[in-house]
Amino acid sequence: MKRRIVLALSLLVVLALALTACGNKATPTPKPQPTQVPAQPTKAAPPTQAPKPTNTPAPTQAPQVKPAKEIVFYNWSEYIDPKVYELFEKETGIKVVEDNFSSNEELMAKLQGGATGYALIVPSDYTVKALIDQNMLAPLDKDKIPNLKNLAPKFQNLYYDPGNKYCVPYQWGTTGIGYRADKVDKPDSWAVFFNPDPNSPAYGRMTMLDDAREAFAAALIYLGYDANTTDEKQLEEAKQALIRAKAALSGYDSDTYEDLLASGENLMAHGWNGDFLQAQEENENIAYTIPKEGGVIWVDNVCIPATVTPEQKLAAEMFLDFILRPDIGAMISQFNYYATPNKAAEAKLPKDFLEDPTVYPPQEVIAKLQFIKPVGKAESLYERMWDEVKAAP
Amino acid sequence: MKKWLTLLRQRPSLQAWLLLLPSAFWLFVFFIAPLFIVLVYSFLERGTYGGVVWHFTLENYRRVFDPLYFKTFWRSFYIAAVTTFFTLLLGYPLAYYIATRPPKRRGTLVLALMIPFWTNFLVRTYAWLTLLRTHTGLINVTLMSLGWIHKPLPLFGNDTAIVIGLVYGWLPDMILPIYATLERLDRSLLEAAMDLYASGPNVFRRVIWPLSLPGVVAGSMLVFIPSLGAFVTPAILGGGKALMIGNIISNQFLAAHDWPFGSALSFVMMAVMLIATLIYFRATSGEERRQL
Repeated sequence: MKRRIVLALSLLVVLALALTACGNKATPTPKPQPTQVPAQPTKAAPPTQAPKPTNTPAPTQAPQVKPAKEIVFYNWSEYIDPKVYELFEKETGIKVVEDNFSSNEELMAKLQGGATGYALIVPSDYTVKALIDQNMLAPLDKDKIPNLKNLAPKFQNLYYDPGNKYCVPYQWGTTGIGYRADKVDKPDSWAVFFNPDPNSPAYGRMTMLDDAREAFAAALIYLGYDANTTDEKQLEEAKQALIRAKAALSGYDSDTYEDLLASGENLMAHGWNGDFLQAQEENENIAYTIPKEGGVIWVDNVCIPATVTPEQKLAAEMFLDFILRPDIGAMISQFNYYATPNKAAEAKLPKDFLEDPTVYPPQEVIAKLQFIKPVGKAESLYERMWDEVKAAP
Repeated sequence: MKKWLTLLRQRPSLQAWLLLLPSAFWLFVFFIAPLFIVLVYSFLERGTYGGVVWHFTLENYRRVFDPLYFKTFWRSFYIAAVTTFFTLLLGYPLAYYIATRPPKRRGTLVLALMIPFWTNFLVRTYAWLTLLRTHTGLINVTLMSLGWIHKPLPLFGNDTAIVIGLVYGWLPDMILPIYATLERLDRSLLEAAMDLYASGPNVFRRVIWPLSLPGVVAGSMLVFIPSLGAFVTPAILGGGKALMIGNIISNQFLAAHDWPFGSALSFVMMAVMLIATLIYFRATSGEERRQL
C-alpha cells in the first residue's frame, strides 16, 4: 500500500515537471491548454480587459515627484552595453533592470496583454506608429530630455513620430543577407532565397527571419513591389516565392542565425546588419550585403508605455537623457555595431566605424531601402499567408 | 466566536464546505475564470492591432476548419500518434525490466529514470539541438568522420527531429504507469500459465499483456495528449519549419495578434482531448481504473 502511494506521488512529480516545462517560453499569454493550466495557474491568468487608452498626465504640475529607485527596461537582447546601467546608477542612484523580447509582435502582444511595470520599451518604427494609434505610449516631457538636441535632424522628424513627441530614436540599421565569404559567393540578388539553386553549397543551409513582415518585405522587394503592399495578387506572388525559398531553408530563425553562420551550420542568413557584425568577432569570414533589389531600413526607438507611474516616468526620462549623451551613445554603438541617430555621438566614434558600409550604407544603397509600415486591416492577410508559408510542405 | 464553533461542531457538512473553500476559490480564480474568458474571446472579432472587438461572430470556429489549419491538426495527430507508438515500444520493455527486478532495486531504477527529468525541459531540448544539427551536430559529425555516411542525415528541422524530442520528453510518463501495473502482477498467474504448458510468447500475449493493458492505455494518454499540444519541441527542433497546432496557437497570440482565433483553436483542441479522454474511460472498466 505504501509503495503505491510513493509511486502515485512520484508520478505526480513527473507530471508536474513535464507540464510546467510546456510554459517555458515565459510569456504570460492567455492560452489555457487543459494540460497546462493546473501546473502554472498564476501564469495562465489572462488579462481581464483590453488595455485602457489612458495617457498618463505628464507630471509637470507635480514638482515633488521623485524618480523611481528602480525601472525595468524591456529591450531586445544584447542591444545595450551593461556598463551603461552601471554608469547611470552611479550617477543617479536609479537601478535599471533589463527584460528581453525577440520581436515587435511579441512586445506589442505583451503590452496588450496588460503587462505593466515596464518604464522603457524599444519598438521599431512601424510598431511605434501602431502603439501611438492605440494610445499606448506616454508623451515625453522634453524639458527633462535636453540632450534630444543631439539627434541628427533627419531623426527628429520621422514619419511615425514627427517632432519626437513619444520616442527617442535609439539605433538604426538594415535588413539584408549575411553569408560565409569563405564558403559561398557574395549573393548579389534575393534570388539566392527566392529562386534557390539546388547545386549551391548554401542549399539547405540558409535561414530566414521568423517574422512575417520581414520575410514578406524581402520577397516583395525581390519581386520589385512595395514592401508594404496590400494588393492580394502581389502578396500571393510573394507567398509563392517564400514557399520556393522554404525548400532551401534549414529553418526560420530570428535569434541565433548569426551564431549558426559562425559555427558553420549555415552558410547564408536573412537578418539584421549589426548581428552579423557582432558575429564577426567569433568568425571573421562572416560578411553582410544588401542585394541589388534593395532591402529594409529600420529605426528602433526607446519609448515610455502609457502605464507608467509619474515616478517611473521621471526616472525613464532621466535615462533617455543619459543615453543621448555623446559618449554614452558612442558606447552603445560600439557594443551592438548598429548606427546611431545621435549626431553628437558620431564625433566620439572611430573613423573606420563611421566609414564601414555595413553600418552606414552609401547613399545609392540607402535610396533602395524601404521602411516596413503598418498595413492596418491587411495585417491579418499577411499573417494568414505567413501561416500558409509555414504550413507548406 | 464560541457560538460559531458550536455551530460548526453541530454541522459537519458546514465544516467540509469551509475546508473546501480555499481550493474551490483557487480553482475558480485560476482555472475556471480564465477558461471562461478564453471561451468568450473565441466568439469575438479581432481588433486591427490585436485585442478584441466586442462583436459576436462564429467566424473563428469556421476558420478552424479551413483546410490550412485542419491539415495542421491532422499533422499534429499523426506526430502525437507516432510519438505514442515509439514511447510504448521503448517504454514497455524497460518497465517490464524494472518490474521484474528485486523490490530493493526497483526504487533505485525508478529514481534513476526520473533524475534526468529534473533538469528544465527547455535545456534538455536545446541539448538535443547540439546532437541533431545537420552539419555541426554531434551525431552527424561523428558518423561522417567515421566514414559511415557521406551525406549528413536529415535529423533537424523535420518531423523526425520533433518525434525524437517528444519521445525523449514523455518517455517516463509511459514507463511509470506500465511499471505500476506490471509490478502488481500476480506471479502465480504466470506460474499457472507455464504449468499449463504455455510457451513464453504465449504467456506474454495471453496473460501479461492483457493484464498490463490499463497501464498501457494510461501511459498512452499521458503521452498522446501533451504531444498533441506540444509547441516548444517543434519550435526548437523543427527549426520553425515544421509546425504543430500548438505553434499555430502560440503564433496567434504572440505574432498574429489574433486572440479570438487563437482562443477558438484552443477550445477545439480541448474538445478533441476531452473526446480522447472519454474514449479512454469507456475503454477501461471502472475496476481497471481503480487499480491504477
